[in-house]
Amino acid sequence: MKDFPFLSILTLLPLVGAAVVAFIPRARGNLAKTIALAWSLVVLALSVVMWIAFQAGGERFQFRESYQWIPTWGARFTFATDGIALVMLVLIALLVPLVILASWNDVDETQRSVPTYFALLLTLECTMIGVFAAADVFLFYVLFEVMLVPMYFIIGSYGGQRRQYAAVKFFLYSLVGGLFMLAAVIGLWVVGGHHTFDWETLKGASAAFDTNTARWLFLGFFIAFAVKAPFFPFHTWLPDAGVAAPAPAAALLVGVLDKVGTFGILRYCLPLFPEASRWFAPAALVLGVIGILYAALLAVGQNDLKRLVSYTSIAHFGFIGIGIFAFTTQAGTGSVLYMVNHGLATGLLFLVVGMFVSRRGSSLVSDFGGAGKLIPVLAGVLFFAGLASLALPGTAPFISEFLVLIGTFTTHKVYAVIATFGIILAAAYVLWMVQRTTQGTLNPVLTEVPAMRKDITLREKIVVAPLVLLLLLLGFYPKPVTDVINPAVEQTMQDVGTTDPGPTAVANGRVAR
Amino acid sequence: MDDLKLPDIDYGALAPMLILFGAACVGVLFEALLPRNRRHGIQLGLGLLALVAALVTVIVERNTRVVTIGGAVAVDGPAVFLWGSILLLGIVSLLLIGERSLEPGGAFVSQAAITVGSQKDIKQAGSQPGATEVYPLTLFALGGMLLFVAANDLLTMFVALEVFSLPLYLLCALARRRRLLSQEAAMKYFLLGSYASAFFLFGVALIYGFSGAVDFASIHAAVADPARSEVLLFGGLALVSIGLLFKSAAVPFHVWTPDVYQGAPTPITALMAACTKVAAFGGLLRVLYVAFDGVQWDFQPVLGVIAVLTMLTGAVLAVTQTDMKRLLAYSSIANAGYLLVGVLALNKSGLSSTMFYLVAYGFSVLAAFGIVSLVRDADGEATHLSRWAGLGRKSPVFAAVFSFILLAFAGIPLTSGFTSKFAVFGAAVEGGQTWLVIFGVITSMLLAFPYLRVVVLMWLSEPSETTPAVSIPGFLTAAALAIGVIATFALGVVPAPLLDLTNDAAQFVR
Repeated sequence: MKDFPFLSILTLLPLVGAAVVAFIPRARGNLAKTIALAWSLVVLALSVVMWIAFQAGGERFQFRESYQWIPTWGARFTFATDGIALVMLVLIALLVPLVILASWNDVDETQRSVPTYFALLLTLECTMIGVFAAADVFLFYVLFEVMLVPMYFIIGSYGGQRRQYAAVKFFLYSLVGGLFMLAAVIGLWVVGGHHTFDWETLKGASAAFDTNTARWLFLGFFIAFAVKAPFFPFHTWLPDAGVAAPAPAAALLVGVLDKVGTFGILRYCLPLFPEASRWFAPAALVLGVIGILYAALLAVGQNDLKRLVSYTSIAHFGFIGIGIFAFTTQAGTGSVLYMVNHGLATGLLFLVVGMFVSRRGSSLVSDFGGAGKLIPVLAGVLFFAGLASLALPGTAPFISEFLVLIGTFTTHKVYAVIATFGIILAAAYVLWMVQRTTQGTLNPVLTEVPAMRKDITLREKIVVAPLVLLLLLLGFYPKPVTDVINPAVEQTMQDVGTTDPGPTAVANGRVAR
Repeated sequence: MDDLKLPDIDYGALAPMLILFGAACVGVLFEALLPRNRRHGIQLGLGLLALVAALVTVIVERNTRVVTIGGAVAVDGPAVFLWGSILLLGIVSLLLIGERSLEPGGAFVSQAAITVGSQKDIKQAGSQPGATEVYPLTLFALGGMLLFVAANDLLTMFVALEVFSLPLYLLCALARRRRLLSQEAAMKYFLLGSYASAFFLFGVALIYGFSGAVDFASIHAAVADPARSEVLLFGGLALVSIGLLFKSAAVPFHVWTPDVYQGAPTPITALMAACTKVAAFGGLLRVLYVAFDGVQWDFQPVLGVIAVLTMLTGAVLAVTQTDMKRLLAYSSIANAGYLLVGVLALNKSGLSSTMFYLVAYGFSVLAAFGIVSLVRDADGEATHLSRWAGLGRKSPVFAAVFSFILLAFAGIPLTSGFTSKFAVFGAAVEGGQTWLVIFGVITSMLLAFPYLRVVVLMWLSEPSETTPAVSIPGFLTAAALAIGVIATFALGVVPAPLLDLTNDAAQFVR
């Protein structure tokens, strides 16, 4: 089981599926959907098997595979996963079938090719899995950039209003970030000295890097990841892209694609440039805290549901950011757990918002009002997704947010205290949004929209049920996930060269192991 | 009287050039003897045959390393590699040049001397078959390019420069449509090119005064002499460089590029963008690496500034263009900047990565101009950007191919545009030229915008009334496009074989 090439198959399988779906004639959209769904379920099944085969307490990197690619440069197809990447891989494999199911009828209404849309989704899945599975810096960079192309066409061709603008903005922002990383990758390759891109070899060589060089290289990687995540002040593309993208694709965008940024910081910035990471940590923490408050304030003021959810994501990424740069195991574990939980909660929120939007034909909060009287179950799911998003105790995000805050408090009390205000703002934007859309007096216009009379359908129930269940399950029993994450986070913190502060009255609760 | 001793001539090593020049002369005879209506097929066949035969001899002679014909020609690794590249790209260009099915008579005017706008001109634009002199002219140009990259002294280099430039000046003037633009382009190219040649020649004179010889080995030795005359050396080097940088389209010697690229018949633009670039940079590499490597610390900063200016100017002005051919021209200028970054690495990987870049870029740019020649309406090619709106709906396959080429130009991974940029930037960092790489990265960001704008236009805009349909390409253009696209993809995904080839070839003889 250990030698089965999980990661390369997991990466290639969606690509093969995309090729198959792309060649289905345009008229047979339903066949394309069915094949895409079945294919993504196979990928999900394989990823679950991989999770079971992964040994939580074992080696840091497992399922390692390496194939020759460009010997002149020392670039190889090297795949390996640690606990952090593993949970993200399973999250991708879980979200993609749900997204396919959620977009079942969306494309039919636009005059565009149905098979192409699902082929693009599967291509996107291939690149996303590849990015998390890569253990070769060159391969990582290649997939990091290629990932933009399918998302660009999904937003640009299948999006809503202003989709061209949003698609180009998304592409250019990410490309600019990526090119900074390209310079850093080349620099790393040269100063690494062995003409190799192998992550572990480079990490071994990283101790000998010149301090100044390492700081510049860190910055190159960090800018790319900060744009991708996005952190304040590189965030302005996300609300535009989030609004313009079809809601299910937006769920994938903020749920997984953006996590490449925070994952990249954990995998590349911290272990490869430990001194630089410590040197830049105060700045990163400040950006994180500003992001939490600023984005939350903007979210309160939004009148567009999709834009509102996009801003909440930016605030959440602020939390993940401070958790990473607090350099404690608790905060680090919290951050990784946050990445998973945010994928589930915000993914759910975006999917439910998509169901609202497709019924009403508008994403403006003011176009709803009292919708709960017409579609009570769907309104209930929206309320639940909102509560999960604001980290209500009992839902999974509470645990991660709490871990991030106490982990940060042990080393950076001021930042933790300020960040806590973000929770209050989160309650404000979620509850106010839910109140204005589903509660109160019924907006009379809504009764004239026929689709608003149809409550949640079976297909939609199948979409939301796994996410609701997982959010509750991980809210009460996160151990299966933390067991996998914890060793990887501890090793990352060792790479940075920080140790957790001794137990104090505040922080003596280690994460359950 | 002493016996005149003939220099040794290694005919085997020189065979590719001899074949091309011989075939070109035969082509001229064909022009004189064959009836008009049969020339096209025969000339095209002859040209392709000559190029393929030359390519075969290059492959046969791939391990030859010799300085021959009295030290005038150096057949070494880079020369053989660049010969192969020029011939390969030349074959693809000739396919584009030979296309006759897109419009009756092909892309070339039948008689260039007819007054523009006269009754005769209107008649010839309609149906008369195009001039077939283009084939011998192309062969002469390509032969000159082969000599240029292998020239081992400055005089041979100058002769080669003229041999490949003069046919190009003529070819530029032969467009079937928009003839005034075409003639203006040829005139500009000719005048500015003559100035550049004069500068080059003046530089050669100064260098001769400096070293007492024109061959690269003697110049190299003279440069190493501590008692050298710096005025003559740097004056000569500067003037020679101007001549070479003019052909490479480096700023500030680039102003001809957009006008000439726009006015010339599109297949000729493709030939210039692909093959002339290879020749110009091949010559530049040889001069800088073989003759003047002793003063690299002196010219590196100056050429570095030129490289930065080239990248910036190309990228910034590409953003403002509204004509597809001009946009590609500015992109070609920016690419000259990236090539200079590779040249200025001044190490072995600089040499090999520049050669890799030349081949990769050549194939992509040929495919790009191939597509441009297909998007047309009743008045010929529709090159204004607004006319490309919504092309993705009307002709998804060609729009997809062009998008792929544009993504390659933008340097997105899995295309040759990325691997070649990576190669030159990597070489430059190794050579201690990190500042050039930083500018390279910044200009790549700028350049992505115009490319992306075209992609947006084609896919995300609604087609308008005036959006032309893409013509069905004839076999020749289709073959050229397929080769260009496949090479762009293959060099992006599996660049290792070509990288190895350039690495093995990256050794000049002196």
